[in-house]
Amino acid sequence: MLHNKSFVKKTRAGKVMKQVREHYLRDDIYCGAPFCTVCDTSGARLNASPSTTILVVDTNVVLNQIDLLENQAFDNIVVLSIVLEEVKNKNMAVYNRIRALCSNSTKKFYVFSNEYHRDTYVKEMSGETKNDRNDRAIRVATQWYQNHLGGAVKVLLITNDRENKRKASEEGIFAETVESYVKSLDQPDLLDLLVRPASEDVNMEEVEDLRPSKRKVIYSEHKPMSEITSGLHRGIYHQGKLRVNRYNPFEAYVGRESIGDEIVIYGRSNMNRAFDGDVVAVELLPQDQWQEVSSLSIAGEEDENEDEDVHLAPNSADVAPRTIPQQGSSGQVNAVPNRPSGRIVGIIKRNWHSYCGSLEPMPMPAGSGGIAHALFVSKDRRIPKLRIQTRQLENLLDKRIIVAVDSWDRQSRYPSGHYVRTIGEIGDRDTESEVVLIENDINTRPFSSQVLACLPPLPWLVSSEDLSNPIRQDLRHLLVFSVDPPGCKDIDDALHCHALPNGNFEVGVHIADVTNFVHPGTPLDDEASQRGTSVYLVERRIDMLPKPLTEDICSLRSDVERLAFSVIWEMTPEADIISTRYTKSVIKSSAALSYVEAQARMDDSRLRDPITTDLRNMNSLAKKMRLRRIERGALTLASAEVKFQIDTETHDPLDIGMYQIREANQMVEEFMLAANVSVAEQILKSFSLCSLLRRHPTPTREMLEPLLQTAAAVGLHLDVSSSKALADSLDHAVGDDPYFNKLIRILATRCMSQAVYFCSGDLSPPEYHHYGLAAPLYTHFTSPIRRYADVIVHRLLAASLGISKLPSVFQDRLQLSSIADNLNYRHRNGQYAGRASVELHTLIYFRKRPTDTEARIVKIRSNGFFVFVPKYGIEGPIYLTKSGKGNGEWYVDEQQQKIKRMDGSLSYSVLQTVQIHMEVVEPQPNRPKLQLTLI
Amino acid sequence: MEYVSPEGLRLDGRRPMEMRQIRAEIGAVSKADGSAIFEMGNTKVIAAVYGPREVQNRSQISNHALVRCEYSMANFSTGDRMRKSKGDRRSTEISLVIRQTMEAAILTHLLPRSQIDIYVQVLQADGGTRSACINAATLALADAGIPMRDLVTSCSAGYLNSTSLLDLNYVEDSAGGPDVTLGILPKLDKVTLLQMDSKLPIDILETVMQLAIEGCKAIANYIREILLENTKQLEYRRGV
Ligand SMILES: [Zn+2]
Repeated sequence: MLHNKSFVKKTRAGKVMKQVREHYLRDDIYCGAPFCTVCDTSGARLNASPSTTILVVDTNVVLNQIDLLENQAFDNIVVLSIVLEEVKNKNMAVYNRIRALCSNSTKKFYVFSNEYHRDTYVKEMSGETKNDRNDRAIRVATQWYQNHLGGAVKVLLITNDRENKRKASEEGIFAETVESYVKSLDQPDLLDLLVRPASEDVNMEEVEDLRPSKRKVIYSEHKPMSEITSGLHRGIYHQGKLRVNRYNPFEAYVGRESIGDEIVIYGRSNMNRAFDGDVVAVELLPQDQWQEVSSLSIAGEEDENEDEDVHLAPNSADVAPRTIPQQGSSGQVNAVPNRPSGRIVGIIKRNWHSYCGSLEPMPMPAGSGGIAHALFVSKDRRIPKLRIQTRQLENLLDKRIIVAVDSWDRQSRYPSGHYVRTIGEIGDRDTESEVVLIENDINTRPFSSQVLACLPPLPWLVSSEDLSNPIRQDLRHLLVFSVDPPGCKDIDDALHCHALPNGNFEVGVHIADVTNFVHPGTPLDDEASQRGTSVYLVERRIDMLPKPLTEDICSLRSDVERLAFSVIWEMTPEADIISTRYTKSVIKSSAALSYVEAQARMDDSRLRDPITTDLRNMNSLAKKMRLRRIERGALTLASAEVKFQIDTETHDPLDIGMYQIREANQMVEEFMLAANVSVAEQILKSFSLCSLLRRHPTPTREMLEPLLQTAAAVGLHLDVSSSKALADSLDHAVGDDPYFNKLIRILATRCMSQAVYFCSGDLSPPEYHHYGLAAPLYTHFTSPIRRYADVIVHRLLAASLGISKLPSVFQDRLQLSSIADNLNYRHRNGQYAGRASVELHTLIYFRKRPTDTEARIVKIRSNGFFVFVPKYGIEGPIYLTKSGKGNGEWYVDEQQQKIKRMDGSLSYSVLQTVQIHMEVVEPQPNRPKLQLTLI
Repeated sequence: MEYVSPEGLRLDGRRPMEMRQIRAEIGAVSKADGSAIFEMGNTKVIAAVYGPREVQNRSQISNHALVRCEYSMANFSTGDRMRKSKGDRRSTEISLVIRQTMEAAILTHLLPRSQIDIYVQVLQADGGTRSACINAATLALADAGIPMRDLVTSCSAGYLNSTSLLDLNYVEDSAGGPDVTLGILPKLDKVTLLQMDSKLPIDILETVMQLAIEGCKAIANYIREILLENTKQLEYRRGV
């Protein structure tokens, strides 16, 4: 079966070295056509009917028109291994997409390993370039298909390479360009998906004058790669990933914030066509050009003046708008701006992908042959507008669509792109929810059959093997119960507490034993690892694990036997932990309580039943634990969590209000924190280098600056030297009104960054610290149904107890770190999505209900201020002057954080209470937004 | 890096369970008592055996045969054509490995007060040199007519991209994954050599080892054929 053919391969960098590699040519590579009479058809993927044309695609088609290939109109395609190889060398992202297409069972894409087939392998001829040789290989393979399958089947080569097409025609191969093939399909909207070469001369008068004579250079040229490399070497340029401010697209950062080597880039021309996420080379500007953002308002650029939207009040620095610390809070006025600014001289790696958004409203153009040029506005404000061409403008104007970026040349203000697909109508709840999910890269596809095949058959019951398993303790006799939000179906934790004869308490936290069903390396595990977390939108939940697991097999529901992983402490009545043990167990929960029910039981002094007694005992222990935690310096931060009441039929929000936190919530939270801490200690003891932990970095002084500034303006001194000091000063921050303390806490919370997962081997022990909880060690153990981090921690804990062996990923620190990175990414995106969903529902709620309410000023701007609406947990701008106009009437007193009228008749200061009116307006058709005005 | 494509082909076109092409030739060095050339793909090794002969160093005389082995690499065996120093750590180690493996197969008690010298040299290196050396030595010993319990054959197997791969070539070998070199006595079904210098979970090691054993057995069959062919030719020449 082996045919040996050694051949000479090219050289390595620097030295010329002859390399000989074997290359085996085979006769067991099949054509993939199910109707073939010669080949083994067991792995065939192509269309079963010989009458469908088989397409062979050229490399340039895959590289440039991948969106088109992903469309369902494109099918029955042979992808040659040489094409895959070339694509892989040129663009990894596209390679992953074409690979996904090839393994997608609903598509008929077949990979033909032409490079290893003895009849289709071609040897490089002397004088032939590699490119020519590969083109020839593609033609030979196409020809082979035609000969192999006979004249009854049409084999068509799709190529955009003119030379390749010409040669193909000479050799008697049917070949067409993508354009002509798409045209022949007679589906006009497919044409929108086509990527047009940048050189195409189009008349873009409606959008922007692009005629060569009128085209002026807007952006400076990108430096050639060689110059960038040498510049980086000599230290004139700095390399880094560009991060565009989520709330101000004209401001971006390069470099690491934490180390303080961050360079700010102001304005589109300095950003020089770079996108968020691109790896760029930056040149520092001379110091006299370092801009200080004293103009407080958003740095609008002529035609692109964007208003700040009303949004959900941030709950951490990661989602809060970045504020540049201003001079003056400490009293000293510094004339020289000290934040280095720069401009981008080159782009090292693009991070272009496709974006969700809508077309900018425009009149229908008359008589342009159906082709219209439109501007696309991304939902993600960090992305500039995109120019696209469409034949279905009328259709698209009121739709949410996805558009991919193709190119951005120096002469155009905006990059150009092409239409990919339509999501739905703007403002429609389902469409907007889908936009939220797509924007945050959340996988909502149903679980594949391979994943579902990993589930145990239903109905699932605890088996006698489980009970007799020596690693599993039978805890069914314990009075276990769960306390969760009402209507919770994926119950991953339950508790028990009973008094011991010696006066101490035995307290147990029982967590769903997910790893008993999710085994490492299975498709189910891979999928969960990719998803990372369940995502909670207002009206739906996107699960990390399939429903049978989350709602039935793993869920610790009442009155059924379930497998659990238990942490059991012996505690003194003073809540001191005397001993901790960990065991896999079988439990039978006797009640699934909601927070409200649990609270009501504890409050009702007539009740004396065992569950209520246990609840009261636990509550008293939890209170002591909580107190001790706060004494240690844990921050009790506040965030404004909003709750909707949703109409069961229309899924529209009926009522909106703040989420009420009861003692029962805090009780459960306290025991979960304790379990997480205990588990963190246990796993780190056994696996000091490969444990997955969670840390919360100490906020830098710079991050806390906005808080200090606001506090100083109202005469409050906050000590931020340590979390303990900050916690104490927050406790002492009492103002005239009861809400003042909460407001300060809310402002403090949004200055903190979020906690992150990390691999213990990547950092040194002092860095493991969790600032917010004031704990030296912390991890996530208690929610394995909805967080993958907990699944990993379960495996670590089981291995540390000798119950199972450690899966092989843990031996690979790099892989573990990349898992931690993915979890952080997914976690953050899940939160963004949740918040965006709340914002969406807030908008829908207020659409029919203009409301007057009370708000607090949280930030002063040059032309108005930001208010926080406590009742609805949202934040938004109130303009005192019309946007775009000067602000002559008003001036800002930075020291005191006040905005005053020139004649002194009126002034607003930070934290002041104002009465506002909230109403949904539509400044442009189909673009509703919530507007706040002063009454 | 993708060492096995989703289509199940390795970089050189083999499938995971396939060996490279093997070729062997007996009697390459006519001066020696026994000699052979063994090729596994582009790895090419020559072995020459001298003995059994009288022990040179009288202090080493014992009632078992003394087996000595010297391994070296030709300067032209790799692309850089660097001078290969003799007696460096790697070659001393491989010499030892080959000697111990061969010693386990030779019936040394039948040859008291004698010594057997095995010289192996790598002519061209492309991964799996250890295995090729052992296979060449086996053939050369058989050619020299030295009594053996069984043929010793060797083959390597590795684990890359979550797939067990038989007979790693140089590119796969330099991937840094686990590389198990196994030597067996195929008829007796005994393992005489097992080397691996990285971590591998025990259950995976078992499947990788099983694959290597299959490889060794295939090589043993081939070697047996070669020997049979060689014997036939000898018979023919003698006019039997
Ligand atoms: Zn066929």
